[in-house]
Amino acid sequence: MTQLALVIDLNVCVGCHACVTSCKEWNTSGWAGPLADRNPYEGSPTGTFFNRVQTFEVGTFPNTETVHFPKSCLHCEEPPCVPVCPTGASYKRPDNGVVLVDYDKCIGCKYCSWACPYGARELDEQQRVMKKCTLCIDRITDAKLSERDRKPSCVLACPANARLFGDVHDPDSEVSIAIRERGGYQLMPEWGTKPANHYLPRRKTRMHIDPEEITRVDNPWRKEDLTDYTGEETLDDVAW
Amino acid sequence: MHPAFSVIFLTTLLGAGQGLYLAMVTGQLYAIARFLPAQADQFYAVGSLVALLLLIAGLGASFFHLGRPERAWRAAAMWRTSWLSREVIVLPIVMALVFAYGVAHWFEWTQPLFQVGAALQVDLTLLLGVLGTVASLALFVCTAMIYAAVRFLQEWHTPLTVSNFLFLGAASGFMLAAAYSAYIGNPLVTFYGTWAVILTLVGLASRLAHLRRNARLKHKSTVQTAIGVRHANVVQKAQGATGGSFNTREFFHGQSRSLVERLRYVYLALVFPIPVLLIGLSYLIGSSNLPIIAFFVQFAGLLIERWSFFAEARHPQNLYYQSVA
Repeated sequence: MTQLALVIDLNVCVGCHACVTSCKEWNTSGWAGPLADRNPYEGSPTGTFFNRVQTFEVGTFPNTETVHFPKSCLHCEEPPCVPVCPTGASYKRPDNGVVLVDYDKCIGCKYCSWACPYGARELDEQQRVMKKCTLCIDRITDAKLSERDRKPSCVLACPANARLFGDVHDPDSEVSIAIRERGGYQLMPEWGTKPANHYLPRRKTRMHIDPEEITRVDNPWRKEDLTDYTGEETLDDVAW
Repeated sequence: MHPAFSVIFLTTLLGAGQGLYLAMVTGQLYAIARFLPAQADQFYAVGSLVALLLLIAGLGASFFHLGRPERAWRAAAMWRTSWLSREVIVLPIVMALVFAYGVAHWFEWTQPLFQVGAALQVDLTLLLGVLGTVASLALFVCTAMIYAAVRFLQEWHTPLTVSNFLFLGAASGFMLAAAYSAYIGNPLVTFYGTWAVILTLVGLASRLAHLRRNARLKHKSTVQTAIGVRHANVVQKAQGATGGSFNTREFFHGQSRSLVERLRYVYLALVFPIPVLLIGLSYLIGSSNLPIIAFFVQFAGLLIERWSFFAEARHPQNLYYQSVA
């Protein structure tokens, strides 16, 4: 069985929010939209997002690291939001494992958001229904798009290539290999929700500075005299 | 969690309605057993009507919790898995049985249908009363399990949530029955008042056990498991937006910790000792007003109790929303 998911490399994410804006742009104008914004230019703006990048500081000053942490719906293999839904609006697609909301059935009771430990679901202020990441279901299942475009919009937007997309049940897929070889892990494993999305941990890096990198040998500002004058008349002396 | 007034009123009004109905049926059973003087059928009919009005008010409150109330009829679909669906199915059944019970009493359809054993003559009101009692108890379980079944909200995920809803709802209903009896001046005040005190004391034991359990609760999720970084010192610095969101509104009560703690003592006083003392005092001085005051004091306390029930529950998603910057 296919289980599509994102694998996010925290070692690479620089917190540029390109995935956030790209997600908002694609989904607000597509099948899942609109993703309403309230008071966008006022003191207390609020809005619906499928994907947010949160920033954590790890360690004690001055030995701190900044971890930019993108989070969207994790498309759990045991989604706790699905059985609690009273209308059946929240469901998991059997063919590719994407967890979706049927906006025409949702009554906006918010029960699924209580049942999600990750806070991945947000009630849209305008449509008054629960919304969440669809893994860009309208892109990834669109046979008219070329293979390289059949990916979630956040994956295509990431300038650092921190986001991988694929079938985590296929052992030969890019995402499975990344999870296997780079220690991919799940969020809050203690709840047994088995999130399909995985994260690749930050790696310990030791900076090595070569002295030649500090003082450049081939300094471009050094005056370089390429001409060999011998006193004779040059072009500058006659043409002015 | 953010305490929504719709849910506070839903759970307390339903509890009082079911409790009052259970009180009516209990009164009838005692009368059949000749432990109490038989009451006019109008007594049960009007009591059931008040219970039905409370249930309708609770149902009305529930609609304010929905983003799309016009689709509420869809909510019965997933009864196999969702306690909310089960509540949506059981609530109209309870309302129908309470209504039928009241109607049967009002029109005095009390001719015995058949006889059990030597003395027990079963009439329509008794049949409806027994069915309604079962349905009411089922509704208490359904309503409470909506909260108790969410395992991520560890403050709620305990059988004590069910026993609190059951005993506090029943206590307020019997208290209302005592107030009702005192208002019309019939001799059942002592009977209902005593049961109300017993149920209040059982509710107190249950609620104190709940508070004690939650005070010792160790949360399963930490910021380390939330983001998967194993370091003792992880602090959230930004949540990616300068404003709030659904996540910052729905899962935070926005009040100071000291207010939550003060309100705990307020509801513990209003729900438990004050109504018990008022009922006791009403026996001593034969006052017909004190049971009525006791009910309203207890119900006001229960509104605060339900507010605290929500405010004290800490959702693991809050780990991702510690800093709105």
